[in-house]
Amino acid sequence: MFKIVTKKVLSEVNKLMEIEAPLVARKAQPGQFIILRVRENGERIPLTIADSDKEKGTITIIFQEIGKTTKELGTLEVGEYLSDFVGPLGRPMELPSPPGRVVAIGGGVGIAPVYPKVKAFHDAGMEVISIIGARTADLLILEDEMRAVSNELHICTDDGTKGHHGFVSDILQKMLDDKSQKIDEIIAVGPLPMMRVIANQTRPYGVKTLVSLNPIMVDGTGMCGCCRVSVGGETKFSCVDGPVFDAHQVDFDELTRRSRTYLDEEKIALEKFEHNCRCGGGK
Amino acid sequence: MSLDKETIKELRKLKEKHPMPEQDPRERIKNFDEVPFGYDQETAVKEAMRCLQCKDAKCVEGCPVEVDIPGFIKLVQEEKFDEGIKKLKEKNNLPAVCGRVCPQESQCESFCVRGKKGQPVAIGRLERFLADYELAKGVEKPEKPAPSGKRVAVVGSGPAGLTAAGDLARMGHEVVLFEAFHATGGVLRYGIPEFRLPKEKILQREVDYIASLGVDIRTNVVIGKTITVDELFDEEGFHAVFIGTGAGLPQFLGIPGENCNGVYSANEFLTRTNLMKAYKFPEWDTPIKLAKKVAVVGAGNVAMDSARTALRLGAEEVHIVYRRSDKEMPARAEEIEHAKEEGVIFNLLTNPVKIIADENGWVKGMECIKMELGEPDESGRARPVPIKGSEFIFDVGTVVIAIGNSPNPLIPQTTSGLELGRKGTIKADSDGATSRKGIFAGGDIVTGAATVILAMGAGKVAARAIDRYLGTL
Ligand SMILES: Cc1cc2nc3c(=O)[nH]c(=O)nc-3n(C[C@H](O)[C@H](O)[C@H](O)COP(=O)(O)OP(=O)(O)OC[C@H]3O[C@@H](n4cnc5c(N)ncnc54)[C@H](O)[C@@H]3O)c2cc1C
Ligand SMILES: Cc1cc2nc3c(=O)[nH]c(=O)nc-3n(C[C@H](O)[C@H](O)[C@H](O)COP(=O)(O)OP(=O)(O)OC[C@H]3O[C@@H](n4cnc5c(N)ncnc54)[C@H](O)[C@@H]3O)c2cc1C
Ligand code: SF4
Ligand code: SF4
Ligand code: FES
Repeated sequence: MFKIVTKKVLSEVNKLMEIEAPLVARKAQPGQFIILRVRENGERIPLTIADSDKEKGTITIIFQEIGKTTKELGTLEVGEYLSDFVGPLGRPMELPSPPGRVVAIGGGVGIAPVYPKVKAFHDAGMEVISIIGARTADLLILEDEMRAVSNELHICTDDGTKGHHGFVSDILQKMLDDKSQKIDEIIAVGPLPMMRVIANQTRPYGVKTLVSLNPIMVDGTGMCGCCRVSVGGETKFSCVDGPVFDAHQVDFDELTRRSRTYLDEEKIALEKFEHNCRCGGGK
Repeated sequence: MSLDKETIKELRKLKEKHPMPEQDPRERIKNFDEVPFGYDQETAVKEAMRCLQCKDAKCVEGCPVEVDIPGFIKLVQEEKFDEGIKKLKEKNNLPAVCGRVCPQESQCESFCVRGKKGQPVAIGRLERFLADYELAKGVEKPEKPAPSGKRVAVVGSGPAGLTAAGDLARMGHEVVLFEAFHATGGVLRYGIPEFRLPKEKILQREVDYIASLGVDIRTNVVIGKTITVDELFDEEGFHAVFIGTGAGLPQFLGIPGENCNGVYSANEFLTRTNLMKAYKFPEWDTPIKLAKKVAVVGAGNVAMDSARTALRLGAEEVHIVYRRSDKEMPARAEEIEHAKEEGVIFNLLTNPVKIIADENGWVKGMECIKMELGEPDESGRARPVPIKGSEFIFDVGTVVIAIGNSPNPLIPQTTSGLELGRKGTIKADSDGATSRKGIFAGGDIVTGAATVILAMGAGKVAARAIDRYLGTL
């Protein structure tokens, strides 16, 4: 059992939790993730390690409530327990060598997984330009945290309620066109459509672009093949070969299709959960 | 119940095994309950009477852990069931499991003299009977041994790990069993379905028994990620490590279309159903998605389990697609028989070449080619060769790939100095000792995908070797 020691509501749909998991905390590195189950008959879901504290023995997760499991997780309070929490899984992110100038892009809840990477770049002495975006100002998360580890921070909202009125790709485009400032690497984490746009956008410029993928997973240790993605025409298991891959090689069409496999079932699960909540039927 | 001389004489002549009552095929494909019910006492004693108590008992040669078969069967004949189970457990820690899943027809029973004329003695069913008898009564716990002061880490809670952990605990060592999943049992939990090996009734009780011996079970720990093997020695103070991580890496065919929606590895398909209980969705959260027509590629136990699971999940038509002929099918005879009774359709000498998707990326068919058998290959089996121009399309909506598993590279990749075999297995000698001092290994991680009883046997041998090793420290 894994205790929830902190809970913060970041926005209407985004929550942060610190979970007591000393073994995971000891090992966690930027780019890695955990898999958790809320309770005995729950689903295993992967979430990025947003931060970790070896001394306290805790892992920070930030999640967007989009379906049954994330919504249920959101109902738990400090002092309650998760039945399972395993990690750190996946490959740690590699720092570019030699260190240079990096553009980091986080879209929506993707800001959470991009944050530990930006922090690692920053701690390694690199210049980091961050671009974060969300549908609307209220959904922007980790703005202060991102600012603290970025040399420059750009903000965009789809509805113009804060920062640039438009998409993260608009800002990126200006940087790509500015020939006076070389970009050594771009890392982008967010919804699949955003990552696909950025991959297509940077491809003609030949700038190395990394994305952190979020396919459906079960075990997270390379045992089921559920998380397979085509990268450069080869099948990779995201949980052990990734989750970070070269954006220009990823088959986004296939990934998008595969992530829709259980749309019907997800709806059923969510309806049942919300019905139980309304009736006070518990979890 | 005591049998008179005449009856015993008759029984000794009986050519066939006593049948084991089982669920009707038409009923059982609608549920996940166990298919065979097992012998009752009377049938067990009668079946035991068919054993001739050979002096030079050939059957024992066929058992990888050398169970004293005539010995335990004699005790069943005499209705001394408590002693019978003790005899069985001298060599076999998991009789309730082995009685159910051992490929008896190629092991113990294939050597039984009674099999020369008629059917062999039903050794597996008798084993199951004794084990179930004991479970129903409540398992006796052996006395606690004097602590040795030595600590052993066991990695993986499949049959190899469970056996090694149980034996080491009984030798007085402090044992911690690490498992990557949230539940123990390895393939017994996530692979072999409920209708063949009940999880709560059988598996969980075997695991509880191992825990009651003092084994500290820690789930949710991925060795190589959460803690490395080197750290187990250097930071966690273990004196020896046993690796029983199995062969869990699914193989794919490498044909076009394999990443379409609706194509599962057998591991994913079975894990969703067994471990995550997708057949109870939405009571349990994990879903599984199945079309009306399902093709399972392969013909081993894994393929039979997948096919029979698909039926129970509601598929209307389930096909086995296998590139060799029926003689080469590696599954247990009982599994093939059960699958046929339940209506699984066998397409032999057929090989998939391409999976075809609809406009949304979902499987709508699988192109196959007919095969014929040619010269034997390096495995000694006839090599299947494609027949030119015999391509045809199967109209199926779900494909399950069950063509085999390889060892997971996680531990080999993260442990220094472990010598590996050609196919990514860990090299170990007949005692389970690896190239690194203090590290032992056994089960599928050493042999490649094999059987429960071999994994158990390897765990047993390694436990003895580890005990000797600890004595030298
Ligand atoms: C490596 C990795 C890191 C991730 N990090 C984060 C994070 O830091 N914060 C965050 O909010 N989300 C993250 N995700 C996504 C998160 O796992 C899903 O949002 C979550 O599983 C949804 O579950 P649900 O029951 O709430 O929603 P559902 O209604 O079940 O699903 C909603 C959508 O989430 C995806 N999904 C469903 N089940 C799974 C599953 N078992 N594994 C992965 N995706 C699934 C599907 O595309 C689905 O359409 C990450 C995913 C991966 C693979
Ligand atoms: C579907 C199916 C049906 C089968 N049917 C039969 C049958 O009828 N009869 C028969 O005799 N055999 C059968 N087999 C084969 C048999 O189950 C295996 O040979 C046997 O389980 C191997 O045992 P093991 O202990 O070596 O490994 P496994 O049972 O594979 O257990 C390994 C365990 O180690 C864990 N693990 C892996 N890596 C790590 C890590 N890094 N850290 C921590 N834990 C880890 C895994 O999660 C798993 O729990 C079947 C196999 C399958 C897949
Ligand atoms: S353990 Fe398996 S092979 Fe050995 S006697 Fe029992 S059923 Fe036969
Ligand atoms: S070979 Fe058959 S008949 Fe002889 S002892 Fe073994 S089980 Fe009994
Ligand atoms: S999640 Fe099972 S192999 Fe990656």
